[in-house]
Amino acid sequence: MSKTRHIAARVDEIPPGSRKKVAIAGRDIALFNIAGDFFALGDKCPHESGSLCAGRIIGLAEADEPGKYRLSRDGEFVKCSWHGWEFDIRTGQSWCDPANTRVRAYEASIEPGAALIKGPYVAETYAVRVEENYVVIDL
Amino acid sequence: MKVLFSGAIDCDLHLPLPGMATLMPYVDAFWREQFVTRRIDRMDFALTSFPAQTPLGMREDWRDVRASETPLDKLRREALTPFGTRIAIASILHGAVALYNDDMAAVLCSAVNDHMARDWLDHEPRLRGSILVVAQSAEHAVREIERVAADKRFVQVLMLVMGDTLPGKRQLWPIYRACEKHGLSLALHAGSAYRHAPTGSGWPSYYVEDYVAQSTAFENAIVSFLAEGVFNACPNLKLVCLESGFTWLPTLLWRLNKEWRGVRQEAPWLDRMPAEVLRERVRLSLQPVDAPPDGAMLKRVLAHIDCDDMLLFSSDYPHAQFKGLEILPDGLPDNLIRKIMIENPIASYPRLQAEFAAAQETGHERATS
Repeated sequence: MSKTRHIAARVDEIPPGSRKKVAIAGRDIALFNIAGDFFALGDKCPHESGSLCAGRIIGLAEADEPGKYRLSRDGEFVKCSWHGWEFDIRTGQSWCDPANTRVRAYEASIEPGAALIKGPYVAETYAVRVEENYVVIDL
Repeated sequence: MKVLFSGAIDCDLHLPLPGMATLMPYVDAFWREQFVTRRIDRMDFALTSFPAQTPLGMREDWRDVRASETPLDKLRREALTPFGTRIAIASILHGAVALYNDDMAAVLCSAVNDHMARDWLDHEPRLRGSILVVAQSAEHAVREIERVAADKRFVQVLMLVMGDTLPGKRQLWPIYRACEKHGLSLALHAGSAYRHAPTGSGWPSYYVEDYVAQSTAFENAIVSFLAEGVFNACPNLKLVCLESGFTWLPTLLWRLNKEWRGVRQEAPWLDRMPAEVLRERVRLSLQPVDAPPDGAMLKRVLAHIDCDDMLLFSSDYPHAQFKGLEILPDGLPDNLIRKIMIENPIASYPRLQAEFAAAQETGHERATS
């Protein structure tokens, strides 16, 4: 089935390190900006459907041995707002249980208004302007 | 159920508590003099939970002492021969482990260990020993392990489940590293040095409360090992829980997995599902089983545990846990019985594993020569 391009947000609405919840084709989607790259996750934790968009954005805590703490990939994980389950924003994969737990991840990209104006696209809430950049989700 | 085949490995068998007169030859002149001067030679060093006459402390038919029989003969007749036992891992739960004086506690633990070697292991090849250590002093404990470890008949280090501190704490790691270095497993036995109340809310009034609280203590100990990272620091160490019961295990496994996911970051060395780690590293003795009313219920508990490797056969001799020869609870699936009785103990004790591998090698050589 071919995917439809949806305009989800204006790029300047979601500065690096922030997130925004959008509704597209009846689905709640959490949009994240990690250092200029955009990622879209279904805004529903697979545990009990808590909002990921409302969760804390964190890094990946690891340890090579007890007592030797290390944080990497700062800002690339989100903790569910309800029970703290961690998900990789880039993939939607659960850190604790990657084999069985995953959040739906959508392809997100940035498109200039000039390219979008030619279509085809669906813009539920946006009037597309040539001079703006937009976050586009395929689903 | 009775045991229908021979070759069992009994992982929890208690030897009688040696009196001070028995231990005196194993302490040096200074301590002998001290024990007499301070009247310590009159103490029996029974742990408070199990005074000699407590009803569950000894089975009625095992209280009988025959004048013609040595303690070892009695042990053979009651605990080894009836169950076709090939190997029995013996322990002596001596009250020395509750002393506040580390040096005195260590001297007495050494005496208990020497008594076990000289007065029991030397005379009965089916017996294996436990190295009793002063858990509150890693320094003394490690010294004792180093002293005794050359005797390969000792297969585990023995501590009480409730000591000065939760047992996963780092100050105790030298003990666990010494265990691992020498291929010894670490056994935690039910009981307390009573440094703290056995419940989380203070001191109980009755034995029943103390006995029931033991399983919570094991849960705390296991979670402490896991969270503090002992299993990471000692990747080959097996934790053996003796007289722990095991019917509480399923809910611990479920709860741990669930709670861990929300707070994983605080102890990031724990890098996979806790239940998975426990199934690999924790072992629990069969007796005393918290007997469900029927075998079908026990089967359900075992299905919830969802791992055939964790249980180790034990008689818990001479405690009164079963009648006659009915040492196995109803409901154990047939394929599990052999595992519990032979394979799991071998896999849980590196020294038994080495011994069996060597025996097989010799047998193989004999067969091919």
